[in-house]
Amino acid sequence: MSAGTPPLSGPPKPQPKALNCPKCGAAIVLRSFGQAETVVCGSCRSILDAQDPHLAILQQFEAATREVKPLIPLGTRGKLRGTDYEVIGFQRRSTSVDGIAYYWHEYVLFNPYKGIRYLSEYNGHWNDISICKTLPTAEFGGAATANYLGETYKHFQSADASTDFVLGEFPWQVRVGEHAAVTDFVHPPRVLSSEKLDKEVTWSIGEYMYGREVWDTFKLPGAAPEPMGVYENQPSPVTTNVTGMWVAFAAFAVFLLVLMAGFDMRAKKAPVLHETYQYNRAESKGESSFVTDVFALTGHPSTLEVKTYAPISNHWIYLNYALINQDTGQAWDFGREVSYYSGYDSDGSWSEGQQNDAVVIPSVPPGQYYLRIEPEADPSLPGIPYTVDVTHDVPVFGIYGIAFFALLVPAVIISFRAYTFERSRWSESDHPPLDFSNISTGSGDDE
Amino acid sequence: MTRPIANCPNCGAKIVFRWSNSVQTVCDFCKSILVRTDVDLKKVGQVADLPPDSSPIQINTEGQYGNQAFVVVGRILYEYDQGGWNEWHVMMNDGTSAWLSDAQSEYALSLSSKAENLPAIAQLQVGQQFTWSNQRYTVSVITPAHYRGVEGELPFQYWDKTDVTFVDLRTESGKFATLDYSDPEPALYLGEFVEFDDLKLKNLRSFEGW
Repeated sequence: MSAGTPPLSGPPKPQPKALNCPKCGAAIVLRSFGQAETVVCGSCRSILDAQDPHLAILQQFEAATREVKPLIPLGTRGKLRGTDYEVIGFQRRSTSVDGIAYYWHEYVLFNPYKGIRYLSEYNGHWNDISICKTLPTAEFGGAATANYLGETYKHFQSADASTDFVLGEFPWQVRVGEHAAVTDFVHPPRVLSSEKLDKEVTWSIGEYMYGREVWDTFKLPGAAPEPMGVYENQPSPVTTNVTGMWVAFAAFAVFLLVLMAGFDMRAKKAPVLHETYQYNRAESKGESSFVTDVFALTGHPSTLEVKTYAPISNHWIYLNYALINQDTGQAWDFGREVSYYSGYDSDGSWSEGQQNDAVVIPSVPPGQYYLRIEPEADPSLPGIPYTVDVTHDVPVFGIYGIAFFALLVPAVIISFRAYTFERSRWSESDHPPLDFSNISTGSGDDE
Repeated sequence: MTRPIANCPNCGAKIVFRWSNSVQTVCDFCKSILVRTDVDLKKVGQVADLPPDSSPIQINTEGQYGNQAFVVVGRILYEYDQGGWNEWHVMMNDGTSAWLSDAQSEYALSLSSKAENLPAIAQLQVGQQFTWSNQRYTVSVITPAHYRGVEGELPFQYWDKTDVTFVDLRTESGKFATLDYSDPEPALYLGEFVEFDDLKLKNLRSFEGW
């Protein structure tokens, strides 16, 4: 900024002008060094011609309803985007939808070097607005969009805005009761607005601001009012690019599949034991354990799968297994139950359990091994054959499933949150999303 | 660059031209409007005091446009029904002249351009399109304006004016054109909007409290 340049000799320094209202005599300060077209007397609400040295009265308005107090008092200064701005004007505007009036507020900000900027506020949602220097292109009709600086903005709302309360200075000829056709196009966090007054169309570009940012900027006391609802160009709290996230997710899923296929191909899946034994209650009094044949595990430490099959029905059999290294005596103890129940009840047929069981022991070092098996069973089961299958070096897929779901669950949650936020945003627009609950009940239960 | 020096034919004060191609200047001292002839300066008019205005730019303000430095050497002040604006005459360091306009702190820089068959004012309406230098321009506003005064050096004689009409044309890329109907033959200026900070202006006016 060159604002600190020392003054040159020559024309006198412009100073804020102190004048008096021709109607009521109240003091009026012109803060914008002649940029204002109109100024409103804060005392009697006369709209005065700021360009006229005598401040001719242009309009008088009744603050019909009640006094509207700007959240940022006139004369307040704050640093916005690196530039000091002073609040010089304030207006309340309204639009009517289905007989209900909606109000919003606009603040005129001034810097003698940078000119005019605006802030708007609606239900605690703020926008930092400036006039477009580049002409946007708008296409109305079926898919209404506007293009500005290479970005596409979606039509959100068209409304008739009327000014119903003004205060301070304005760089245009402001009047209470004036109507403008306002059209908003959104590309969060930005909003592109066209305002048509008589024949003149003005385009402006706004960027969403949080109340607390406004409070920080102007050092306002207390806390900013909490925003209500979702505003047209409010940035989604879901900052993730949802489409990009799903593309990354799909790529990761493919990667997992390739990894699985690779490990599956690399796994030897070597059968090392296949044996069928007979369980006999009569014989298994006391110590019933026995050992299998010795089998060799070769290569690197790897997984060992133990599968159990028993053709049982409405019974259980429990097998206490111990995998024992013949040379070192190192043992892995594990118990497996095979049970299967089925039947009929009032809901029809049912079943529970399976005749098959499988377990994988991770990282078993190479060596000579045997299994010690100690079966137990249902007292009502006299005897049953069961088959034990031992396979060395099997691929483990469970971890891929966990990885898949560990990524799928947050992706679904993020997508859902993004969806519900966009839904609330667009429900306030001229293009509300279809409301399925309303369609199914067939009633518009408006409050 | 030579800086032609002369004396004001009205009051004798020293007149220094910053730009050797200046055709017209205003005596700082007696506010006589002076026009250069082949041999000397001729007084053609008198500037009334200019109304106070809010432009942060003044004669001698320096700045930068692209990789060229410039200095403000003159201005024309206009008024229209929504206020006033300045056309600051700037001299680039390669000797060309350009215009820096300041309309309520909206800044634009333009150069005088040549084009065939410029439209007559009566034929023009908002929304009409023209193509100059491979760029399509759309008429955005037709402004009846009023000449308020001059200051400093100008590249042409410009003083005895009253009502003048300007036609502004915009593009979708920040470029703009102005058709100036001050004279019977329209003049075309092509330029672009510029950001205040990008101009890196020095020797600006200062404002009380800022």
